[in-house]
Amino acid sequence: MRSLLRPFLIALLLLAAIVAPIGQGNYITYVLTSWLIFSIASMGLNLTLGYAGQISLAQASFMAIGAYTTALLTLAGWHWMAALVPALLLCFVIGLVLGYPALRVKGHFLAFVTLAFNTLVFLVLRNEDWLTGGNYGLVGMPRPDFGFFSTMKQHNFYYFTLAITIVAAAIMWWIVRSPWGRAFKALRENPIRAESLGVDTRRITLLAFAIGSAYGGLAGALVTPLVQFIEPGSFAVAHSFRILLMVVVGGAGFFFGPFLGAGVVILLPEMLRFTEGYYLIIYAALVILMLVFTPKGLIGVWDLLRNRLFGKAQIRADVKQEPTLK
Amino acid sequence: MSQFLQVLLSGLATGSIYALVAIGFTLVWQAAQTVNFAQGEFVMVPAFFVLVGMHVLGFPLALAVGFALLASIVVLGFVFKKLIVEPILPSGGISLIIATMALGILLRESVKEFYGAEAQPFPPLFPTDPIHVFGAVVSMQDLLNLVISLGVVILLTLFLNRTRTGRSMQAAAQNPAVAEILGVDVKRMIMYAFLINAALAALASFLITPVYLAKFSNGETLGLVAFIAAIVGGFNQIRGALVGGLLIGVLDNFVATYITAEYRAALPLILLIVIILLRPQGIMGTSEGRAV
Amino acid sequence: MNRKILLALSTALLMGVSSVQAQDVAKIAMVAELSGAGAPAGTNWRDGIKIAIEEINADGGILGKQVELPEYDTQTDPQVSRAMVQKAIDDGAFAILGTIYSGSTLVNMLVAQQSEIPQFVGSEAPTIVQKGNPFVFRTSSGAQKGVPALVPYFTDTLKAQKVGIAWVNNEFGKGGRDVFAAEMEKIGIEVIADVPSEQGATDYASDVAKLKDSGADAVFVYMNQEEAARFLIEAKKQGLSMPLVGEVTLTEAKVIELAGGAAENAIAHVGVTATATEIPGIAEFNEKFVAQFKRNPTHDAIKGYIGAWATKYVTEKVGEFDGAKFADAMKNLCLPVAEYPRMLLDTCWDETGEMSRPSFMVQVKDGAPVVIGTVPAN
Repeated sequence: MRSLLRPFLIALLLLAAIVAPIGQGNYITYVLTSWLIFSIASMGLNLTLGYAGQISLAQASFMAIGAYTTALLTLAGWHWMAALVPALLLCFVIGLVLGYPALRVKGHFLAFVTLAFNTLVFLVLRNEDWLTGGNYGLVGMPRPDFGFFSTMKQHNFYYFTLAITIVAAAIMWWIVRSPWGRAFKALRENPIRAESLGVDTRRITLLAFAIGSAYGGLAGALVTPLVQFIEPGSFAVAHSFRILLMVVVGGAGFFFGPFLGAGVVILLPEMLRFTEGYYLIIYAALVILMLVFTPKGLIGVWDLLRNRLFGKAQIRADVKQEPTLK
Repeated sequence: MSQFLQVLLSGLATGSIYALVAIGFTLVWQAAQTVNFAQGEFVMVPAFFVLVGMHVLGFPLALAVGFALLASIVVLGFVFKKLIVEPILPSGGISLIIATMALGILLRESVKEFYGAEAQPFPPLFPTDPIHVFGAVVSMQDLLNLVISLGVVILLTLFLNRTRTGRSMQAAAQNPAVAEILGVDVKRMIMYAFLINAALAALASFLITPVYLAKFSNGETLGLVAFIAAIVGGFNQIRGALVGGLLIGVLDNFVATYITAEYRAALPLILLIVIILLRPQGIMGTSEGRAV
Repeated sequence: MNRKILLALSTALLMGVSSVQAQDVAKIAMVAELSGAGAPAGTNWRDGIKIAIEEINADGGILGKQVELPEYDTQTDPQVSRAMVQKAIDDGAFAILGTIYSGSTLVNMLVAQQSEIPQFVGSEAPTIVQKGNPFVFRTSSGAQKGVPALVPYFTDTLKAQKVGIAWVNNEFGKGGRDVFAAEMEKIGIEVIADVPSEQGATDYASDVAKLKDSGADAVFVYMNQEEAARFLIEAKKQGLSMPLVGEVTLTEAKVIELAGGAAENAIAHVGVTATATEIPGIAEFNEKFVAQFKRNPTHDAIKGYIGAWATKYVTEKVGEFDGAKFADAMKNLCLPVAEYPRMLLDTCWDETGEMSRPSFMVQVKDGAPVVIGTVPAN
């Protein structure tokens, strides 16, 4: 029963995503597209944080690297698909390098190192204006054209982004279910035990960073044609916080958490907009309340409810139950 | 030469403010493993309490400052600890990081919405007359900032080492379980750390706002610099925060003057990364001893 | 499992977001920096527009329709600003007022252009009117017009040989700095100190120390208000003796209030300014603004006010709500103040959307800005 229900629900979700923009104005379609893009960025951070347990406050800087690489190459006449390859590779390699501090320090210190890295990237983008356009940013990047399918129209671009998101999600699904994925979780739960069981924790930590960063780069590469303008301010530390918030709100370590989290973080201000000047105040207060009452994120709420309603499976009190893939 | 001296003195004056903010930050970190991402806003808000006291409640300056200090200790100390840190701490550091980030937004936007988006002038507490030192100019305010920061470090160190309460606070921070057994009221000691942090933030706020001007967004950079100062100096020592603060203040000014103004913000960050990777306990810190 | 239902629900909710539109009102969308770093500029822009819309509605609205003013907050983020302009257009706005930060305007003006919606912006970066977008119009002169107007003051009045530039390192400050440096090179004045500072910077000790030692005859200060005030305070402390000359912000009431005595003798070239109270329309606007918002209007408030009134005047000239015709009518248009009193000063736009009108040289004397000269429209 369960095994039949899941593919059915996923198909339903996909259908919902396909019909979502039909009949909607450009604005809603634009919001839906940013939701997909931020879901990809959060998926990457979710791998680093939710599965491997390494905090990173630098996801926005990888979006920046992906976005600027794609922008410069497409402006030079490359096709977007071709520009994507070096963009992702660059993010993967830089992510690998940023992973090295994680081998030495954990927790808050790692948060600060990654935060500092994000600000450094911002400064380079702003100051090296011969390459990046500096404060003025880069403008006029073309949207990808596939001959039979041009993404100039907002709806077409949404479906293009949706296709990329599905591919990215499928790869992520494969990663977390592969031996690597299990190694990531082992690293989060108990690094020492993981090591003693033969997991190469160094390699796994670095990989978690590198793959997570490449997902950030992919999201950035999509921002470039969506907005058709990029400037350093769009990739400042505040945006890394926002992506982190998406992961935590959705539920770190849950596969669908990033989609839910990105949806809430992007849509909530939208729904609160009728309160005019107070919407950010209410938004911040809601985030704090959520963390007080449902620290495992919104997907955690469901688990909580289910346990209340249907009773909890008998578990050993001495074994900590962590969120696992379901 | 006079330029060198000017930059050095100005750097020390700015650094002493960083130090005050960093010390409070260190105390809270020690007591409750809380990294407060709203620390910058904690320095922004008390100045607005003063302005509310003066312009809304009609207090004279001295009374308004007293009122603001009290309000800060209650709101940024007691309420912060009870309503945010206590319920969220058990679910882990990342949740708390996000909660304090959200708190920062909440404070910023509230001040903006209820007091205004534009900067406000703020009355100086000390005379601002310039004092000439070998061609460099400092103000009375600058000197007093430095003196007050040094004074706070000395007083706090004495308090923690020489008084019963202070030693209990250290015990509670170093080993809460054992401290509890020995009859220390650990919860109360942790609360003290939060109250002292709020008071220090308020003090820093009163000292710098005449120069920085009262504005809702003032906390954004200040909070980050304070972290960096605390980490660079050494998380587990009060004097580490002082050294870190002064060092960042001076280096920042020297880099801006003699090397690059565009990348002046990069230097503290690079220093931070280098320190964390090579000497995580900080310049003044000791690797195992955790004094408050 | 059921978390997917949750997800589906949220998607459904998303699809349900749609707008209800009334037909008998005209919508002008106010898209501005109401939060984030641009909030001081954005809130002034908004409040200036609010006053204009109240007046317009009391005056019978536009083409007989009452005007509604929905607000859209860009959070000072270009990406959000693009989304907000899109939303405003989806919601049925026939004109857009905003944004102020040039980075945002550069992005969102593409959206308004695609939908042929006229847009009055508060941005001053040169590039905005150089993109061939017929639907974007300024409410103040761009930096490439405003800054060169200052040059005669440096050459003739100050007789400067060497100058310093202190500027805020964002797109606003960099734009002004680049234009000024190019002008100086053109007329052979040496830029001897080029001092950028961060947006929101609080410590200007090293900036001022560098300028003090540079031997410059005058310093061009191009910063936002709070930054300008902090710079002036530090300059006074260190006894910076050369004349400090700015564009627009340096002598604004807010800067004088913040800097106190430190703003004394600062000089600036300003477009339309709330301090030029000898012009009746400006005095009246000033009074209304202070009565309603309990603070002095800034340059941005007046820009917003003018943008809103220009929307009314031009729409009624055209005789219908039509973006393309509006854009045509704006080309080389002049609105003389005798006929269009709420424009406050004679105002013209060229074929690119750039505007020109008389401007002033202002100096702070005894704590108040005083007009020391008028610069004709160029």
